[in-house]
Amino acid sequence: MALLQISEPGATPQPHQRKHAVGIDLGTTNSLVALVRSGTPEILADETGVALLSSVVHYATDGSRCVGADAQQQALSDPLNTLSSVKRLLGRGLTDVDSLGAQMPYEFECDDGGMPKIRTRQGMVSPIQVSAEILRTLAERAEHALDGILDGAVITVPAYFDDAQRQATKDAATLAGIKVLRLLNEPTAAAIAYGLDNAKEGIIAIYDLGGGTFDISLLRLSRGVFQVLATGGDSALGGDDFDRAIADWIRRKIGLDSSLDPFQQRQLLVSARAAKEALTDVDSAPLDVLGWHGQLTRQQLADLIAPMIDNTLRACKRAARDAGVKIAEIDDVVLVGGSTRTPLVVAKVAEFFACTPRTNLDPDCVVALGAALQAEMLIGNQSGDDLLLLDVIPLSLGIETMGGLIEKIIHRNTTIPVSKAQEFTTFKDGQTSMAIHVLQGERELVDDCRSLARFDLRDIPPMVAGAAKIRVTYQVDADGLLSVSARELVSAVESRIEVKPSYGLAETEITQMLKDSYSYAREDMAARALREQQVEADRMIGDLSAALDSDAHMLTVSQVQCLRVAVAELRDLRRICSEHRTLAQQIEAVGKASEPFAALRMDSSIKSALAGHTLDEIDQD
Amino acid sequence: MAEVISSRSYFDIFSLPIGWSIESAVLDSRYRQLQRQFHPDRYAGKSDVDIRLAVQTAALINDAYATLMSPLKRAQYLLKLDGVKADQESHITSDGEFLMAQIELREELAEVGESGASSSALAALAVLEQRIALTYVGLQDDFNGHYSAGEQTAAFEVVAKMQFFAKLLEHVEALEEQLDS
Repeated sequence: MALLQISEPGATPQPHQRKHAVGIDLGTTNSLVALVRSGTPEILADETGVALLSSVVHYATDGSRCVGADAQQQALSDPLNTLSSVKRLLGRGLTDVDSLGAQMPYEFECDDGGMPKIRTRQGMVSPIQVSAEILRTLAERAEHALDGILDGAVITVPAYFDDAQRQATKDAATLAGIKVLRLLNEPTAAAIAYGLDNAKEGIIAIYDLGGGTFDISLLRLSRGVFQVLATGGDSALGGDDFDRAIADWIRRKIGLDSSLDPFQQRQLLVSARAAKEALTDVDSAPLDVLGWHGQLTRQQLADLIAPMIDNTLRACKRAARDAGVKIAEIDDVVLVGGSTRTPLVVAKVAEFFACTPRTNLDPDCVVALGAALQAEMLIGNQSGDDLLLLDVIPLSLGIETMGGLIEKIIHRNTTIPVSKAQEFTTFKDGQTSMAIHVLQGERELVDDCRSLARFDLRDIPPMVAGAAKIRVTYQVDADGLLSVSARELVSAVESRIEVKPSYGLAETEITQMLKDSYSYAREDMAARALREQQVEADRMIGDLSAALDSDAHMLTVSQVQCLRVAVAELRDLRRICSEHRTLAQQIEAVGKASEPFAALRMDSSIKSALAGHTLDEIDQD
Repeated sequence: MAEVISSRSYFDIFSLPIGWSIESAVLDSRYRQLQRQFHPDRYAGKSDVDIRLAVQTAALINDAYATLMSPLKRAQYLLKLDGVKADQESHITSDGEFLMAQIELREELAEVGESGASSSALAALAVLEQRIALTYVGLQDDFNGHYSAGEQTAAFEVVAKMQFFAKLLEHVEALEEQLDS
């Protein structure tokens, strides 16, 4: 076993060349890149001197793409091909998109793997690809400023992002050709920028209200250690919702029903946002939209958005409870995110925490600045002895148990990295595989939580039921990403794990996308889908044949006959069929037909398992 | 490295004597000291094997810290070190009086919950929480008494009761959140 090299504090292992690392704030509305020069973090501007890059990508008729303000300008004239706020869709499944996407003027479609994509004139694009465009633009800006190659980046994510959303962010960076040094929680990044600036000690709250997400983090700062005590929030609540509430209010004032075309929707949103921003400085803002004239007052705005701000404060309470901290013990509140410019937000936060929130750092820049500091340390340019981050997992991880319930394995706000092991045994004689369904969320029922992945444990050595002892280890790394490993303890065989991510992309898909650099052909997708179905068919043929060989006595002769014919038919189709959907249909049909048989076998094995259990208990007594 | 550390007790990891009493300030500072050394961020740019080991080691330190910080987990861990398995949820105390008191506390909680969200409900809950917390602390003292005297069976019995109270406090928190929104 290799030992870790530990260098003396303050000493670097060997002299090295200075490497280039940046911090990237990939925001819902705007994105930024920052780097440390001569020990000070600074935001990088583009060649025209503008630092904020609008998180908007436009897909043009000539096949080119542009990102940022240029893209934003196309929003009104070409809304379907101008994609903004896609961060909200990162790592999301179709059902999420049904609710989120309804507020977006795009055309969604599912790819063959069931993942939502957006239709543009340049074809279907996934939110990951759109995010990659933004990241690439920022990386190019950095390389231009550095006049050199980028060695790595720290990319910030909302603390409340779940595993799928984090993975999607990392995948976007991989697609953009960026090496990710670390995914850093946005509030933690803000705390670094703020804490190092002020050499603070004590408990601070970071209230981060961006365009699309809300995060609250409570941290304890002590001699350079940033210990996150608890984090919480809402990954689908932000300033965009303010805009939508205002737009909706205007729409009702005009007397329009909700069936607007994308152009009208845009118009409403643009003037809603303009009015909201104007109200930061004045008490009343004029409105002139779709031929309607009116005005929005601060009081009216307050009525519209107060319920949403109250939601954020409830999340603050919950975080304090999780941290075991009383609101009165919080020494300082830092405001992050453009939406904290709204005066009502500042007022309500000040009232809730009973202190004046800190706004001395630009709320738009503070996250990127903190990320740059962390990047500089991770790449090895600074010894980093004065800075250590101890972060937490934002949402509980659990597995599905009988009856659609969840057993929590790692509770929310546990410090990461964390590793938890669980032992399982086999259910029936000779069982060689086992399925595990991993979910993330706080609710009790599987249906209410987010499915992360399904793991199939294979190659378990065949033994009598209950003899095998399979230890499954769930590990969450410092990025907040989950990995699972399994080992059979009796024979010490490492079980093979097949992961089927519920959202996002499989490893092979990323490789494929990189290879095809965004223009992957339909045939490739179809070919892969077919291969997957063939594997599935083989699995079913094997499993069902084995079951029929061992347990045919549970069925009538004609039932056995029926299933044998179904297996044979599937085997034939598997050989000749080149259309994955046809094969999938047949697999499903055979599955349905064999369900009663499976139920019988299950019932019988439960009985024998319970019988064994009772015996054990008697033995113990 | 992870294997080397994991063969030691959680108390050893923090150079603390094995026992019920923990000075949390000492534990806190040693925890930070260890994480400064072993956190994977200290190994960024190193080989994958190194990073993987660092992740495992840091995870172990985190688990040790969380175990020693929590009264229930610490009690269970102390008994485990003595070869007694105390984290079995299936063990139910046979102390009838204790169980009755439990049922009554649960009923009181349910009543507060049914009265709906109001400031008086929250106040009633706070009073109840204080009572539960006090009893919980009393049980911890009981545990310490039995454990220090080497009475493992009695200590085990107390841990089963502590489990009830830890759960009860979780209920209180969930209810507090419910009444607060």
